[in-house]
Amino acid sequence: MPRVTVTVDGARYTDDVPARTLLVHYLRDNLGKIGTVVGCDTGNCGACTVHLTDSDGVPRAVKSCSVLAVQADGAQVSTVESLGGEHPMQRAFHEQHALQCGFCTPGMMMAAVDLLRDNPDPTDAEIREGLEGNLCRCTGYQNIVRAVRAAAAEMRNSPQEETPAAVPAQTAPADTEVTV
Amino acid sequence: MTATMEPALEVGKARLRKEDARLLTGRTKWTENIVLPGMLHLAILRSPHAHARIARIDVSAAKAADNVVTAFTGADVAETQGVLACAWPVTEDIVMPMYTPLAVTEVRHVGEPVAVVVARDRASAADALELIEVDYEPLPVVLDMEAALAEDSALVHADSGTNRCYTWVFDAEAAGAGGAMPQEAEVVIKRRYVQQRLIPSFMEPRSVVVDPTGDEITLYSATQIPHILRFLLAATTGTPEHKIRVVAPDVGGGFGGKIGATPEEWIAFCAAKMLGRPVKYTESRSETMVSAHHGRDVIQDLTLYANRDGTVTGLDVKLIANMGAYLGLITPGVPLLGAFMYNGIYKFPAYRFECSGVFTNTTKTDAYRGAGRPEATYGIERIMDELAVEVGLDPVEVRRLNWIKHEEFPFSTVAGLVYDSGNYEAATDKALQILGYDELRNEQATRRVNQDKVQLGIGISTYTEMCGIAPSRILGALRFAAGGWESASIRMLPTGKVEVMTGTSPHGQGHETAWSQIVADQLGVPFDDVEVLHGDTRTSVKGLDTYGSRSLAVGGIALVMACEKVREKAQKVAAHLLECSPDDLEFSDGAFRVSGTPEASKTIADCSAAVFVAHNIPDGMEPTLDSEATFDPSTFSFPHGTHLCATDVDTETGEVSIRRYVAVDDVGKVINPLIVEGQVHGGVAQGIAQALFEEAVYDAEGNLLTGSFADYTLPSAFDLPDIISDRTETPATSNPLGVKGVGEAGTIASTPAVVNAIVDALRPLGVNDVPMPCTPERVWRAVREASS
Repeated sequence: MPRVTVTVDGARYTDDVPARTLLVHYLRDNLGKIGTVVGCDTGNCGACTVHLTDSDGVPRAVKSCSVLAVQADGAQVSTVESLGGEHPMQRAFHEQHALQCGFCTPGMMMAAVDLLRDNPDPTDAEIREGLEGNLCRCTGYQNIVRAVRAAAAEMRNSPQEETPAAVPAQTAPADTEVTV
Repeated sequence: MTATMEPALEVGKARLRKEDARLLTGRTKWTENIVLPGMLHLAILRSPHAHARIARIDVSAAKAADNVVTAFTGADVAETQGVLACAWPVTEDIVMPMYTPLAVTEVRHVGEPVAVVVARDRASAADALELIEVDYEPLPVVLDMEAALAEDSALVHADSGTNRCYTWVFDAEAAGAGGAMPQEAEVVIKRRYVQQRLIPSFMEPRSVVVDPTGDEITLYSATQIPHILRFLLAATTGTPEHKIRVVAPDVGGGFGGKIGATPEEWIAFCAAKMLGRPVKYTESRSETMVSAHHGRDVIQDLTLYANRDGTVTGLDVKLIANMGAYLGLITPGVPLLGAFMYNGIYKFPAYRFECSGVFTNTTKTDAYRGAGRPEATYGIERIMDELAVEVGLDPVEVRRLNWIKHEEFPFSTVAGLVYDSGNYEAATDKALQILGYDELRNEQATRRVNQDKVQLGIGISTYTEMCGIAPSRILGALRFAAGGWESASIRMLPTGKVEVMTGTSPHGQGHETAWSQIVADQLGVPFDDVEVLHGDTRTSVKGLDTYGSRSLAVGGIALVMACEKVREKAQKVAAHLLECSPDDLEFSDGAFRVSGTPEASKTIADCSAAVFVAHNIPDGMEPTLDSEATFDPSTFSFPHGTHLCATDVDTETGEVSIRRYVAVDDVGKVINPLIVEGQVHGGVAQGIAQALFEEAVYDAEGNLLTGSFADYTLPSAFDLPDIISDRTETPATSNPLGVKGVGEAGTIASTPAVVNAIVDALRPLGVNDVPMPCTPERVWRAVREASS
């Protein structure tokens, strides 16, 4: 069995895994990273989106159902846990009511963070195009677009938030009231 | 005494959701996340044939494979696997075929389970499936509904002698709700509309974990109906009800698609019982597509009779509804949920409805968001546009001419329902104003004169629906096997915190937040002090779960009643502590106050602490404030609204682009406007998806061609427009909260608004229909056929 060493959300792991193991199953079944979920088997839904560093060490959003665990050998992986709980994207999703059942949410947020890395100030149309690979059945996407726009504004004002925290804080966003 | 809801009310606030924290941080309790000691993994071999006899199955090689604990067939568990029940035998002579979790002798749709492997891990179970040998003898495949009803058709269920499941009729004249159907009329419009087959496509695949360790069997399932499941498991498997616990943990969407007693749940239950070890099954999306029930798939033949001035004199509706190969929990009843809605918001003197259910060799159909009501709304709202064209009226005007005026409520409809309230004028006027209807009509006229390549269409949908399912007696009269009440109970904790057990079972709706808002007002406690528990038959002991926009309009009322009981008990305690008569107290701003001496007060929390220690409470009083209430509604609730859609339609490429979409909904009193808006957005998106994108397609052999998300075209963010959402508020008079329900409104309203807009754009080219989904190809063909 091939051996993989991979750093996930700031902690390093070494495991022997069957060569056919998908990254998403390695994350869930071996490491207990249950924030990352599987929504389809054709790479269409994006629920399993995480960040994986490329050969230059740059984090990129990938669908972890379409990557083998062995392909992540030596790389760094960030799941939704890396956002902590106070990440501007999480706050914005909460405040803009950008989730209902929440199943697509971790993947959607990871895709959105990646989108803003490439384009810190996207238009609504660019957000919609950038999130094309992530399906949501509950929200109609309108509030997701609104949330990504809000998070982008906040992250432009405090750019250090752009990189997800290495260590998960596991704290919940504060419940506050908004007026709509 | 009533709770006077004065300052700082929670109800009506756009509270951010309590549910979000765990969902945003990946700490969600999805069923697939559950891992139990000794847990085994189950995989299911499914039929590749739409119809075949099982001549031989051999699981011995699978059984002998590494890591495999057992493998079995339907024949192996014929005595123990139980049956899958249909709860809605809509007529006395309905054909209800035997439906077993695993097929025993015959398979009747692609994807039907035929054998099972249970192994140490998921991969070993999947690998061993390939070692199972099955010899199938193919049988004739029945797919077309009308052909299935012909005398000489092959049969889906040979022993029943027919593919007709039932024929159900509602005749307004016979029911005493309307007059005779006109024999002739100045205007007669006949149309056939086809509601294509849809796949609900909840994002979380279905998953089930069964734990038989200990003295009871616990079934965790990604379901909308934990309470109904518990009853059905007891009724069909021989395990007594009090030895079964069902838990719906966090559930990732349902849209009706998770209302069911499914083969997979029953198979996992059977396997876990047999092995005495926990068993998990999580479907792949490809399995969802062929095995979880589908929705719609109805052929609608409508005849509308009217006077030349546009006044409708009668409506005749004939449906053929595809049941699929078997009957799911409410499969036959889904069209009936629309039977009372084809007259929509209008005053029709005559109405007749007939529906025939038909078996075919396809995945079973059942409830999908709206269930019957989107079909009805589509039918009437499409044909009202045809009437407008025929009599030369603006489509808004033909609706005004026929709808129930706001001063005419309560109104007894030709379908035998009493609409308690509504204001169609207000919702429509608001929608027209927001859309800029007149300006767009002017622009449309200009573009028509200029013969622009891209034409503008404006679509109107003035809908109502019946929510708050349902008054138990009405369900009984419709031959539904269960009631429609809902339950809530309240536990007052010693520190003044409140635990609410609701019988509703949310899967994205935000009940934890909305129910907390209701309780906060009713008991005068902080929003954050309320914990809402649901979806576990051990804690939320009683309930009938979530579907049909019922949770607030039925479950919310049970909750208010439970709060009233807590308040009544607390009032006695408060009076005792304040040494006054209970009648001298009023409840305001979170506390019982002595009339005229407002500084003398006791909160519910004070009373809760007092009954906990029980040192000083009224003589003979039980030391508890806890309560339980069950509400059975006396009638339905009737949300309504007006949706307007403006589309650009390219007459050369067939491309449709939604330019502006306005939704004005009247869902009565609103508990949380943020949640309501979210429900409207998502509902409208699903209705647009039916109009433009989605269709489940079978090939001639009964293979599902749209068997994955690569082929079944769920819209992405890129495909959908922004919705302009607004409301009017006409409170329901049938419940103390004045609420109506919002879960399905958007889906019900939006499909005809979009298609009406497309047809409106193409009307000058001679087009009077485009079949759904209105893909560029179909629009292009409609234009070509009209011009040739």
